[in-house]
Amino acid sequence: MRRVHILGAGPAGLYLAILLRKANPATEVIVTERNAPDATFGFGVVFSEETLGALRTADPQTYTEITDTFARWDRIDIRYRDRTMSCRGNAFSAIARIKLLRILQNRATELGAQLRFHTEIEDVSALREDADLVIAADGVNSILRRTITGFDAQTGTVGSTYVWFGSDWVPDAFTFIFKQTEHGLFQVHSYPYDEHSSTFIVETTPETWRKAGLDQVSEVDSMAFCQHLFAEELAGHTLRSNRSLWQHFPKIVNSTWSRENVVLIGDAAHTAHFSIGSGTKLAMEDAISLAAALENHSDLRTALVEYELDRKPIVERFQQAAGDSAAYFQRTEHLQDLEPPQFAFNLLTRSGRIGHGNLAQRDPGFVRSVDNWLHGKILSPPPLFTPLELGGLSIGNRVVAGSPETGAGLVIGETVAVTGNGRIHPGSPTLADAGQWPDLVESVHKAGALLGLRLGHAGRRGATHPPQRGRDIPLPADQAWPLISATDQPYGPRSQAPTMATEQELQQITAGFTEGARLAADAGVDLLELDMAHGYLLAAFLHTEFPFTVLEAVRAEWPVDRPLSVRLTVTDYRRGGLSEEDGIALAARLKAGGVDLITVTAGQSVHSDQPPYRRGYLTALSARVRSEANVATLVGGYLTTTDEVNTIIAAGRADLCFLEGA
Amino acid sequence: MRIGIGLPNTTPGPNPAVLLDWARKAEDGPFSTLGVLDRLVYDSVEPFTALAAAAGATTRIGLATMIAIGPLRGSAMLAKQATSVNGLSGGRLTLGLAVGARKDDYVQAGVEHRRRGAILDDQLAHLRAEHPELPVLVGGGSGQALSRMARYADGYAHGGGPPRAFASAAAKARAAWAEFDRPGEPLLWGQAYFGLGDPDTGSAYLRDYYAFTGPFADTIAAGNLTSARAVKDLVRGYAAEGCQELILLPTLSDPSEVDRLADALGSL
Ligand SMILES: Cc1cc2nc3c(=O)[nH]c(=O)nc-3n(C[C@H](O)[C@H](O)[C@H](O)COP(=O)(O)OP(=O)(O)OC[C@H]3O[C@@H](n4cnc5c(N)ncnc54)[C@H](O)[C@@H]3O)c2cc1C
Repeated sequence: MRRVHILGAGPAGLYLAILLRKANPATEVIVTERNAPDATFGFGVVFSEETLGALRTADPQTYTEITDTFARWDRIDIRYRDRTMSCRGNAFSAIARIKLLRILQNRATELGAQLRFHTEIEDVSALREDADLVIAADGVNSILRRTITGFDAQTGTVGSTYVWFGSDWVPDAFTFIFKQTEHGLFQVHSYPYDEHSSTFIVETTPETWRKAGLDQVSEVDSMAFCQHLFAEELAGHTLRSNRSLWQHFPKIVNSTWSRENVVLIGDAAHTAHFSIGSGTKLAMEDAISLAAALENHSDLRTALVEYELDRKPIVERFQQAAGDSAAYFQRTEHLQDLEPPQFAFNLLTRSGRIGHGNLAQRDPGFVRSVDNWLHGKILSPPPLFTPLELGGLSIGNRVVAGSPETGAGLVIGETVAVTGNGRIHPGSPTLADAGQWPDLVESVHKAGALLGLRLGHAGRRGATHPPQRGRDIPLPADQAWPLISATDQPYGPRSQAPTMATEQELQQITAGFTEGARLAADAGVDLLELDMAHGYLLAAFLHTEFPFTVLEAVRAEWPVDRPLSVRLTVTDYRRGGLSEEDGIALAARLKAGGVDLITVTAGQSVHSDQPPYRRGYLTALSARVRSEANVATLVGGYLTTTDEVNTIIAAGRADLCFLEGA
Repeated sequence: MRIGIGLPNTTPGPNPAVLLDWARKAEDGPFSTLGVLDRLVYDSVEPFTALAAAAGATTRIGLATMIAIGPLRGSAMLAKQATSVNGLSGGRLTLGLAVGARKDDYVQAGVEHRRRGAILDDQLAHLRAEHPELPVLVGGGSGQALSRMARYADGYAHGGGPPRAFASAAAKARAAWAEFDRPGEPLLWGQAYFGLGDPDTGSAYLRDYYAFTGPFADTIAAGNLTSARAVKDLVRGYAAEGCQELILLPTLSDPSEVDRLADALGSL
């Protein structure tokens, strides 16, 4: 490679210039930057400890300079209500962006890269013709990415409204501050980056921001507002502005990172979110990966593909975590009922990357205090072994499974159909099996668990083959039975068309549910669950009063000192279907109708939807239902480890968990 | 983990002699399955026809579509083709199905592209109702495809990539399986390309075959396994992630590739 043009002298561009010159002094490297060398936005940037190893190997000299300049700490402080909770063992470092750039500029110059400041590039074709390779290190608004066809960036925003200040208040920990006001909740992300200065980011929802009138005021006045709001924490110190305007964090996702001789790195290729502080780290790691790929392959295409293959999965993981973290901070308003230890644990585990086990390694004392708070004793077992008091029942542990051999605290088996025609498949249990329930109760109790029984009616998803063969595979006409639903449209392709349930049929079904409740109560069943999920009969009627009529009838029959649960489809995963807000409103209404527990599920209301499957994909939904509808929840969504269960329980995202393979 | 090998039914210059020779070599080698790809608008042998030929030339080895683009065929015709191959081979077929990635295949087949998902659902409902003995895998990465897999299939056919991509897809497949409350676990099949004798020609074929994906063709070509070492690393990676059957697909039509791959695996 004879000549490389790098557009943008941010961390990505400068670091790549260094590495390219180091690898091959014969390569001419020209960095073009529109701003002055000492112009910078923002204040300090944080690095997590894992980043640093890669920087040391790539260029020991800048590594030493950067780390010598670092402010370091290992504590996270969470100021919430009138308390400060601290968690140690989180190795962080931070540096002023201006200092970082200065170190990188000097090193790049020393290695012979040409740095051209005050030069704004508006026409990219000249750059492309003039070099073998053009690096788009020109940040979120990358002109190269925007003007070259074939890049298909998806751009948008992530998270709430925020403003980035500096301050001469210097906390000795990464500090979160949560402050309730008459307008709503404001939160601060603050960290020191040298002896005299800290970054001080204020964040709030757009609604609160507007209610507080911040959309109407000048930069100076909005800083004064924040200064006043956090006067107590700032303890006489002041905020500093540097083009500190309220904004939304930009979201950039690219499916293609290079076109011909142009390649994207850093923010031009991808963004994360400030609340996981990793943009600079990712930008510099991109540079390392790209330099290595160019070193390894003489063929440019091969090198660029290798770089993309190397970086994309890592970046995607960060973007997932960033999205989760940003979404968390949009919803903290709803978590203000959590007690301080649980609130702190919830915050620290927000991105899904760190769990109970991991935090226990970092700060055993902190995790013990959370466990103790949860359990109410000094020597407490892990969260999943904390008994749950629910509707008059004490469940021994937080794991729910399909059979009692697992050690689960609660066992819930296959749905029991309340009428013969409400069966899913020919072998579905029905009320006719109630004679076996007392024995079942006894054997489950013997195994140390409690028995839950789910009552349901298949609706238009009935008369199918058993699930070994699949779901919704209709029985041949001569073996099928007639179906009813809230519609006369079949559920799936080749499914039998149901008839609309008549008033009389609905009454029979209600009677089936109450009869089931009576039989279950007599048999000594511990918890009763009604199935209002997945497009089965009651779910199909969720837009009507019918499920609530059934609930009322069942609640009247089911003993007051035993818990009643509803399995609910909280969202439909399709446009025009039930939204999360709708589902939460339903959950709240069910709770008001005497329901003690919501089993959170989603999708399958109709045959074709788009669920975001992944490990624990229902957890965030459960957290919303629990905090916004104020009801206990049971959640699954493919949880496979006890650590996931411990984390969910300690963070208050659910009260019980289905554990796969348990 | 079992290891299968692809038949060269889409590589340059497909001809019957090569396919049969290839199938016999694979049958004698350490391979569990012969896999085929499906593509209408490309110089290739129709997958069920290729498998029928292979069935006649072999007695032991499994046969699989990885995958067949179901909606290009009518539901009844698809079932007929699949059950015919299954019957002729003495029950050796695993039917992998997906919607495919190319619009032009749909245009040529005269099938509405935007109805592809609905058509495949219908085909699966038909197959499972009428031919439950035939093992079916479904591929595709979207939530919808994963639901389809969990609802109708016996398992998941992954589309290729490094082991961690397989791992993430496998977790999603298992999550969908659990949400549909299917008993047990889904079968998990993976695939990757290899080209040992003449890597450059093999990779050039991949760039051509996947040219319709734009720059992504380079990414696929970069994943081509061109050395014994690369084959071994990938096999180990997939095994570690719980893949049950890995189909290594050819990028060259030369039957010596079967021996080269067997050697590479032999040194595992
Ligand atoms: C509020 C906030 C907090 C953050 N906190 C952190 C944190 O704590 N830790 C962390 O690691 N990251 C953080 N980041 C992210 C971090 O700032 C970026 O990810 C990082 O700077 C990306 O580096 P880059 O080199 O890709 O782009 P940039 O730093 O944006 O550099 C791009 C450069 O290109 C120049 N340029 C652009 N267009 C042109 C043009 N047409 N002609 C000439 N020059 C041009 C720009 O002037 C700029 O200097 C934060 C970001 C924000 C907004």
